[in-house]
Amino acid sequence: MNNILVANGVTKQFGDHTALKNVSLEIPKNSIYGLLGPNGAGKTTLIRIINQITYPDKGSVYFDGKLLKPEHISQIGYLPEERGLYKSMKVGEQALYLAQLKGLSRAEAKKRLKYWFEKLEIGDWWNKKVQELSKGMAQKIQFVVTVLHEPKLLIFDEPFSGFDPINANLIKEQILNLKNNGTSIIFSTHRMESVEELCEYIALIHKAEKILDGKLSDIKKAYKSNIFKIGLEIDNPDVLINEMQLKFQVLTHGFDAIEKQLDLTVQLPSNESREILNFLGERANVKGFVETTPTANDIFIQTIQNRNLSHE
Amino acid sequence: MNKLPLIIKREYLAKVRNKSFVIMTFLSPILMVGMILLIAYLTQLNDNEKRVIAVLNESGYFSNEFSASEATSYVNFRDVTLTQAKDSTVSQGYYGLIYLPDEPNLEQVAQRAFFYSKNAPSATILDKLENIITGRLRQERLRELGLSPKEYAAMDRRYDINIETFDGLQNIKGINEIKAVIGGAFGYLIMMFIIIYGGFVMRSVIEEKTSRIIEVIISSVKPFHLMMGKIIGTSLAGITQFGIWIISGAILLFIGLAIFDIDPASLTKGGMTQGMANGTNVDVDAVTQNIQLYAQEIFEIPIFAMLVFFIVYFVLGYLIYSSIYAAIGAAVDNETDTQQFIFPVILPLMLAIYVGFFSVFSNPNGPIAVAFSLFPLTSPIVMLMRLPWGIGEGGVPVWQLVSSILILIATFIGIVWVAAKIYRVGILMYGKKPSYKELYKWLKYSS
Repeated sequence: MNNILVANGVTKQFGDHTALKNVSLEIPKNSIYGLLGPNGAGKTTLIRIINQITYPDKGSVYFDGKLLKPEHISQIGYLPEERGLYKSMKVGEQALYLAQLKGLSRAEAKKRLKYWFEKLEIGDWWNKKVQELSKGMAQKIQFVVTVLHEPKLLIFDEPFSGFDPINANLIKEQILNLKNNGTSIIFSTHRMESVEELCEYIALIHKAEKILDGKLSDIKKAYKSNIFKIGLEIDNPDVLINEMQLKFQVLTHGFDAIEKQLDLTVQLPSNESREILNFLGERANVKGFVETTPTANDIFIQTIQNRNLSHE
Repeated sequence: MNKLPLIIKREYLAKVRNKSFVIMTFLSPILMVGMILLIAYLTQLNDNEKRVIAVLNESGYFSNEFSASEATSYVNFRDVTLTQAKDSTVSQGYYGLIYLPDEPNLEQVAQRAFFYSKNAPSATILDKLENIITGRLRQERLRELGLSPKEYAAMDRRYDINIETFDGLQNIKGINEIKAVIGGAFGYLIMMFIIIYGGFVMRSVIEEKTSRIIEVIISSVKPFHLMMGKIIGTSLAGITQFGIWIISGAILLFIGLAIFDIDPASLTKGGMTQGMANGTNVDVDAVTQNIQLYAQEIFEIPIFAMLVFFIVYFVLGYLIYSSIYAAIGAAVDNETDTQQFIFPVILPLMLAIYVGFFSVFSNPNGPIAVAFSLFPLTSPIVMLMRLPWGIGEGGVPVWQLVSSILILIATFIGIVWVAAKIYRVGILMYGKKPSYKELYKWLKYSS
C-alpha cells in the first residue's frame, strides 16, 4: 500500500449546493500533497470529510488501505485555516486538553509538549493565558497541538498565514522534518510559491470537481509549451531577427545596444532544441538558453481559465 | 477511549474558574441574606412605630371604643373646637384626628364623622376606625331591637367549618396554599436553573464559534459529544453554585439572625396567620391543634417522592432546554442575534409558571393543570407544582405521572436529535444569521 489516503468518487451535497462532485484522489505516503483551488472550490469540505467532521453522500475514503473509521482520528492531525484557542484558558492546560482529546495520556502529552515547546522556544508560555499571546504565538501553539500526537497524516490548511517570515521558515522546517520522518502531509493553500517549494504532488479542485492532479514535476512537463529564453551577444541584431522570424516563432525580442545583448523568447514546435542551437551557434555568441517551465501559479490560473472557457 | 469525561471536566472547570461566576457565587448569598435581614429589620422597625390618633368626640355615643392596640393609640381632646383640635393635632405631630360631631342619633354621627390627616391615611388605620364605628352602629341597631350589650357580646362569635376528605382525613384551610408554595418553589427553581444555565451553555457555544477553536476540537470529537459534554459540565457547575448558595446562605442567615437578634418565627408568622385566616377569638388550644394539623399535612406531602420526581423532571427538563440553547448558540455568530430564537424558548417556561400559579393552585387536578403537566415543555414545572397533593388517590393519577414522564423522555430524544443536527451544521457555519427556514433546511442535511 503506497497511498496513505484514497478517495473514490466522493460526492457531497449541502441542500441544493454541490460541494464535491465525484472527486477521486490518491495521496501517496511520505509526501507533501498540495490541495489547491480557488475559494469555495470544496477543499475544506474534502478536508472535513477526511477528518470525519462530515461524511460523503456518495463514494468512499480509505485511510492506509482501510475504510476510514472513527478510530483513525487519532492518526490524523488537522490544522484548520480558521483556527483559534480558548481565550481564557492557560496555554499548557489547553494544549494538554487538546492532546488528550486526540487520545494521548496526560503524562505522555505533557512529556511531548515540553519537548515541542523547547524546540519552538516557547517554553515559558506554559502558564500564560491565550489572550495574552499575539496571533503568531497562538499559531505556534496550534501547530504544536496538531502534530503532538504524531499522526500518520497531517493536514495543514494555510499553515503560514499569520506568521512573520522568520517563524514561517521555522514552521516550514518543521513540516519538512516531519515529512522526512515518514509523515504524509496534505497541504492546502493559495500561496503558490510555497507549493513550488514543498509539494511533490498536487490536486486542483475547482467548482466541486477535481480538474487536475498528479506529480508536480509531471504536471509541469505536461504544461510546458516549448518556450525558450535565449540570450545572444551580437553587434547587429536586425538581420538575425528578420531571419529568425522567418524560421521560428519569435514571441518577444529586445536589444540592449550598450551590452550588445539580444533577448528573445521563442516557441518551438517540439521540445527539440538542437536545430535552433545550431542555427544560433553559427550566427552569434549564445550567452543563455533556457526552457521556461510554467510555475504552479501559471498552471493554476491557466487550468481554471481553460475550464471556465470550456464551460461557457 | 471516552472523551466525554474530558470535555465535561473542561467545561466544568472553565465555568467554575470564571471570575464573574466566582463573584456571583459568593456575592449572591451575601446579597440575598442582606436583603432578608434588611426586610426583617425594617418590618420590626415598622412594627415598633406607634401611631397616635387624636379623638374629638362630641357625640356621646362613643366612650371607650377607641382603645390602644399594638400599633395605634388614641388621645382624647375635650372642650375644644374642631379648629383648635386640628391645630393641636398638627402641632403635637399626631397621625390624624377623628371627629365625631354632636348629633341626635348615631346614624347621623356616623354620617358626618370625619378623619383628618396630613396625607392620605393608611388603609389599615381607616379599616380600624371604620370597624369601630361599624361595630358601634350594629350594637346600637341591636339595642334598638331590644338586645342588651351583654346579649350582643354573647352573639358576637366566629365559626370555622370543619373540613374532612371522604377518607376521613381531617383537613384544614390554607393547606392548599402551603402545598402550592412548596410545589411552586420547586417549579420556580427549575425555571431559574434552565434560564440561567441554558444561557451559559449558549454563550459557551458562541464563544467556541467566535474563537474558532471549534474547528480544532471538532476534528477530534463528535459534535454530539461536545454538545452533551458542554451541557453536563455547565449543569454540574450550576449544581455546585446552587450547593454553595444553599449552604452558605443557611450559615449566613443563621449568623445574621443571631447577630441582629431576630426571631426566626417572626419571619414565618405572617404566612401562618394568613394561612389560618382565623380571627382573634380562637383559643390557644385550637391554635396548637391547628399547628399540629398543619405539621401533619406538611409531613403528608410526599417529600421523598417529590425529591425523586424533582430530580427526574429537573434532569429531563434541563437537558431538553439546554440542548435547544446549545442549538441556538450554534446557529448564530454573536449573542445579539440570539433574541429572535430565545423568546420562543422562554415563553413555555413563563407560561408554565403562570399556569402553575393561577390554575394549579386553585384546581390541582383541573383540565388545564392536567394538560400542562403532560405537555413536555411545561410539564417539568407544572407537574412538580401538582405533586405536593400526592400521587394516586386525591393527587396526581399514576397514569398522568407515567405518561408525562414518557412524553418528556420521547421529547427529550427528539429535541436532542434535532438540536444536535442544528448544532453540527451550525458550529461550522459562519457569517450569516439564519432564519427558521434555514434551520429547517439544516435538519435535512445528511451528516
